[in-house]
Amino acid sequence: MHDQALSDLRVLDISRRIPGHVCTKLLADFGADVILVEHPAGDPTRSSNPFINDLPGAESSGYFRYLNNNKRGITLDFGTITGKKLLLELVEWADLVVETFSPSTLPSLGLGYETMKERNPRIVLTSVTNFGQSGPYSEYQASEAVYYAMSGLMNTTGLASREPVKLGPNVIQFHAGIMSALHSMIALRGTAARGVGEHVDESIQELQAGSIDRTSAMLLAYQYTGFITGRDNFEGGGGSIHKCKDGYLNMFPDATMIPKGLNMLGMSELMEEPLFSTMEARSMPESHEYFDALLEPWLLERPVTEAFAAAQGSRILSGPVYNSALLTADPNFRARAYWPTVERSPGDKVRMPGKSFQMYGGPWAMRRPAPTLGQHNVEIYGGMLGFSRDELSTLKQVGVI
Amino acid sequence: MGAVKLPLEGIRVLDITLVWAGPYATQMLADWGAEVIRLEPIDHFQPMARGQRARVSKAEITADTDWHNAYPDWDPTDMPWNRTPSFNVHARNKKSMTVNLGAPGGQEVFHRLFHVADVLIENNVPTTADKLGISYERARKINPGFIMVRMPGFGLQGPYRTYRTLGSHIDGVSGHASLRGYPDLGLEFQTDIFYSDAAGGINCALAVLMVLRYRQRTGRGQMIELAQVENFTSYISDVNMDRLANGRVQRTLGNRHRTMVPHGCYPCAGEDEWVVIAVEKEEQWDALCRVMGSPDWTADRKFASYLSRYEHQDELDALISDWTRTLNKGEVMCKLQEAGVPSGQVSNHAEVSRDPQLRGRNFFQWVDMPGTGKHEYPSIIGRLSETPNAIRTPPPRLGEHNEYVYKQLLGYTDSEYSELKDIGHIGNAYHSHVE
Repeated sequence: MHDQALSDLRVLDISRRIPGHVCTKLLADFGADVILVEHPAGDPTRSSNPFINDLPGAESSGYFRYLNNNKRGITLDFGTITGKKLLLELVEWADLVVETFSPSTLPSLGLGYETMKERNPRIVLTSVTNFGQSGPYSEYQASEAVYYAMSGLMNTTGLASREPVKLGPNVIQFHAGIMSALHSMIALRGTAARGVGEHVDESIQELQAGSIDRTSAMLLAYQYTGFITGRDNFEGGGGSIHKCKDGYLNMFPDATMIPKGLNMLGMSELMEEPLFSTMEARSMPESHEYFDALLEPWLLERPVTEAFAAAQGSRILSGPVYNSALLTADPNFRARAYWPTVERSPGDKVRMPGKSFQMYGGPWAMRRPAPTLGQHNVEIYGGMLGFSRDELSTLKQVGVI
Repeated sequence: MGAVKLPLEGIRVLDITLVWAGPYATQMLADWGAEVIRLEPIDHFQPMARGQRARVSKAEITADTDWHNAYPDWDPTDMPWNRTPSFNVHARNKKSMTVNLGAPGGQEVFHRLFHVADVLIENNVPTTADKLGISYERARKINPGFIMVRMPGFGLQGPYRTYRTLGSHIDGVSGHASLRGYPDLGLEFQTDIFYSDAAGGINCALAVLMVLRYRQRTGRGQMIELAQVENFTSYISDVNMDRLANGRVQRTLGNRHRTMVPHGCYPCAGEDEWVVIAVEKEEQWDALCRVMGSPDWTADRKFASYLSRYEHQDELDALISDWTRTLNKGEVMCKLQEAGVPSGQVSNHAEVSRDPQLRGRNFFQWVDMPGTGKHEYPSIIGRLSETPNAIRTPPPRLGEHNEYVYKQLLGYTDSEYSELKDIGHIGNAYHSHVE
């Protein structure tokens, strides 16, 4: 078997929220040894939808299982004095610690960056928070919709005549997890070169305000001109998503696409018309409206798959609008084996989304399923930290593990 | 700035990316110290790289004032490619050289660059990439530690490998577009969202960092493939697992949430002013009631439990709106946050630009770009306690670093340089026929 890219990396995930688990998931998928440290009561994402076969239970959250594949899991209440000592022993073992508490929480437990650094001078502590470690809103609470609202993009999403509308579930939190993994790896590279630790301060508000999903470009457009982007005015049509016979296709006319579009429609002779004949003319809104009026009846007569193939055949940037049923049936995802089956025990298996990217020399791999609660307590406290079975029993009795 | 070396100093990246996903990846690398060199053609206009088109008139722009046309002071000048916000926002800290990879002589320049670089990133359709001579095998022969990332829309293999997409299309393919928008309207009323560009960008940068660590340990590089539709699909894995495990097809809930209630976007005093409120826990509901002044309706049996609040959301949202309408959005947010209730004002770009939290952390930075002017840019994302960081150089003008790359890095002589200039590889403007 190939060596994976991160086979030499040791990570402690003491986070309680999606961004932390996503961060360490990507690292684990490419070989890092990640220990997930859960409160003895179980991580909050163990009670997150969806539950497998719709049966709620600590071991059946599909989301928890997806997020924690390839990790080992232990329980530890580091709010106790003994628990704190144990956590610091694990900090000594680790290269990277990932946490998602509010900025004041870990320091108040005596587990802040400075304390960790005393035990392990090269430790990287990555803190993912709503608004960052400093500033007037640093202790503010947030949710997916709050991040979207406060970054500027929500105000541009939806119809001008109605309320702004948010993104789908957990997208920004997932993004925050990847960004934290990126900055953790950057910090680790500096640490390796200089032998000093780092505290990575990841603010979800900032990573959303600086996101190229249009947010940052619109912010710069504002700085350049004072222009404030508002919401769309689609009531009379004009969006990029078009109705087909049995679904929707996203393609939009612009100056360079229109000739290809007319070709697809079999109407290339219309290129002679003044609205289409020059690049400048094709840049005008009237030209787009005219093109849409030709396109829409053509699409309404065709199934999405046929329209998508025709558009791509004419080299037109486009894509069908799928729901999860259509997506999981898509031939390209299937041909590329995107949905692996992960088996925890005989009879307990589930299909999941697969790799985010692939490395040809040391590939993405499903090495182990997500841990059951405390699954690796004996292996880690006993084997790695050297506790006896008796000591482990005592720790369990007093509620530390 | 202090003398601390940035973690990616010494890493040289060849950037032949366009639109946003690839450029965002190289932004991340450049921001943390990598020398990112953009290879830009001047014999044709790369779609959606330095604006919509090479040459645009001021009249056109003033007829269609929009963010993607927002050249400073609405003036594209005779060099619009240096002034477009959708390029400049990601290009800070990068360098620009010009070379026409598809034209005679272009491949030789490209080849020589492999000797002096560590990483190549591209996000073309695989067929285009093949034509441009992009091959990992070739790069590895020259440089065994070479790292290459290819990030096509649908993958290097598979039935859709020749297909072309943008972030907004990937948003639909991944299923995300069906999970947002108004529940009472059809999908044709959706705003285009380009989240997958941001997602593709940072996942690509993460993959590069992973392989840099691997290279340090083994001396070997790797080839990375990032299919953008798959990458973004992972962002909504909960919804897809619900389909795979339970057969359920989730649809948009608008501003509502599957488990939180109340959860929505509420009107405030003034024109088009809104606030988001998201209540997850029982104590947050109690706090919300207190902040609203505990009006009688909050004691109604209909709202006594989580389940009954969930059931009566329409009524609940209307009653909360009656309260929010009396206040300005910032007031609602601060009052609720002080009581521990997650809430945020819906900010427009002027408000984001003066947001006290972003300002308090110096999120914006003045950058002076010759010919474009001095403006505030969204700065570096992420802070490292021991490694201060800031934007070091302004976005490069087209071909700004030609002399540096050709002469200093690649060792071209003055006469070879002039020759490449004469045959149209080197320049600071697109060829005159380019629209």
